Amino acid sequence: MNVAAEAIAEQPAHPAGSETVVQAHGLTKRYKNAVALDGTDFRIGQGRIVGLIGPNGAGKTTALKAILGLTDFEGELAVLGMDPRRQRPQLMREVCFIADVATLPRWIRVQEAIDFVAGVHPRFDRAKCERFLARTKLRANQKVREMSKGMIVQLHLAIVMAIDARLLVLDEPTLGLDILYRKQFYQSLLEDYFDENKTILITTHQVEEVEHILTDLLFIRDGKIALSATMDEMGARFAEVLVGAGQVAAARALNPIDERAAVFGKSIFLYDSADPEQLAQLGEVKRPSVSDLFVAIMKGTYA
Amino acid sequence: MNAITKSPFAWLLKREYWEERRGFLRAQVIAAGVIIVLSILGVIVAEVARSRWSGSIQIGASGSLTDALQNALNHNVDGLVRALDATMAMFGMLAAVVLFFVVFFYLLGALYDDRRDRSILFWKSLPVSDTATVLSKAVSAVIVAPLIAVVVVLAAYLAQQIVMSIWFAAHGLNPFLLLWAHASPFSTWLHMLAMIPVNAVWALPTVGWLLLWSAVARSKPFLWAVAVPIIAGVLNFWIQLLGMPHVDLRFMWGDLVGRSLLSILPGSWMAVYADAPDINRLMNMDDANQHIGTYGMMYHTFLTPQMWIGAIVGIALIAAAIWFRRWRDET
Repeated sequence: MNVAAEAIAEQPAHPAGSETVVQAHGLTKRYKNAVALDGTDFRIGQGRIVGLIGPNGAGKTTALKAILGLTDFEGELAVLGMDPRRQRPQLMREVCFIADVATLPRWIRVQEAIDFVAGVHPRFDRAKCERFLARTKLRANQKVREMSKGMIVQLHLAIVMAIDARLLVLDEPTLGLDILYRKQFYQSLLEDYFDENKTILITTHQVEEVEHILTDLLFIRDGKIALSATMDEMGARFAEVLVGAGQVAAARALNPIDERAAVFGKSIFLYDSADPEQLAQLGEVKRPSVSDLFVAIMKGTYA
Repeated sequence: MNAITKSPFAWLLKREYWEERRGFLRAQVIAAGVIIVLSILGVIVAEVARSRWSGSIQIGASGSLTDALQNALNHNVDGLVRALDATMAMFGMLAAVVLFFVVFFYLLGALYDDRRDRSILFWKSLPVSDTATVLSKAVSAVIVAPLIAVVVVLAAYLAQQIVMSIWFAAHGLNPFLLLWAHASPFSTWLHMLAMIPVNAVWALPTVGWLLLWSAVARSKPFLWAVAVPIIAGVLNFWIQLLGMPHVDLRFMWGDLVGRSLLSILPGSWMAVYADAPDINRLMNMDDANQHIGTYGMMYHTFLTPQMWIGAIVGIALIAAAIWFRRWRDET
């Protein structure tokens, strides 16, 4: 781990949010020859849209699986006050998840999927689901195997959005979708689903795509939380400055956490908790993008 | 009834039926349909042959068929009833063989196919316990699929009787008197229905064994489920050839290998009576009552240790399958 990331990790993990939806303490998961989660602590509050972001193998999927009760683990983890290991069926009444686009069974028909979920899920609103489906081209007797990836995700989303759950977990939900469906996916979630009583936890590689809807960031690296911040805190803490060639030495003196080349011989410096007035003297200051911040903090992960 | 059909478990059973109707229903209908088509072809052949012999086509005229059946009706009602019983039993045995193959592969895929195509993640996103999921598959295998098979058997018998009735009527014979007035085939059918609980409990070791491999295997559950007992049996036989201490061969092949793979074959519990000295008393066979074992024999099986030890082992294997379904971590 590089110095910058270590410094960031020392910050207390407390994203805002009134009620706690997920609370992890010392969450650890060991596989035969690897540690996926290494005593991880984090908290997710109600009414937040949290991006769980990390490189491959950092423990993202393991963390989600622990939250969903799909894997055993050591340490403490409470989801909506329940232990996902022992209370999974009760927990799944209030938690939904979309693992990726291709997990609906291929043999099922639209009508059967709706009938089944209506039959087993006490919080499913059939009329709502049918309203969502009416906007699509899906037919009631259509089988999943006859659908495109985009249509499958429309069906899955219509089912999930009709469930009055408190936590929605999305694991790479738009993987392999074309751009129109990807935009529509997040648009629907924001317009027709999300409210202050719900919480959404998203992992994705396409950080740019979710950046504008996230309220909180959780960066995970080597099984540990490398950064936990709200987007507002992130904006207040981190700053990006476009520095001309003449001031590079001065910029380096302010301990940037990252430096990269820009056009016309200029450089972009990324700072953590630097003095805004000092930065303003160096050049144009702006809020860094989540992906640039991610790259800076994860630097060295693949080295 | 409404409360039952609306319970989540009933929806799990429906779900299994939706996925498996091709095997549970269609395979049975096709098998019975083939027999009915063959019997229609047989009637046509008989008619053509008859018309060749008599030189002209004379449907409805009194020929040898009419005489033979009239004779049967007058002198040998038992023989006619036995033929009708045999028709029902034939449909029943055919359904049993189809059911064996359908259920065998259904159980092997029940907890495996959705792991392979990752749709397990969708099923696990719903508030259904893994215990309920696995039990719904076991119940589908030993109750739902056999019930569907038995209903198809009745429908096939009725369809066959309608074909024969038309044929008889065309020859001026009264089909109601000849084909429909005998209750015996229907009691044979009720017998099949009553056999379902006996078959179900007897099937538990195979159900558990196949579900366990379905829940455990990373790939090729068929190979594991079949190869493990057979290789064990062969090894045991080999050890016996070397004259070393071994498991009794009959116990090995019958009670271990056989019960783990073949117990889902309907009526296979009759193996219990293979060398019972009072088998004839138990079967209580008489000419008019050619059932595949009587009710007394059928339910006597519940008093045998083979039934109960097998059931306990089967339940333990199903419990293990539930545990693996819950904690298998691979996606």
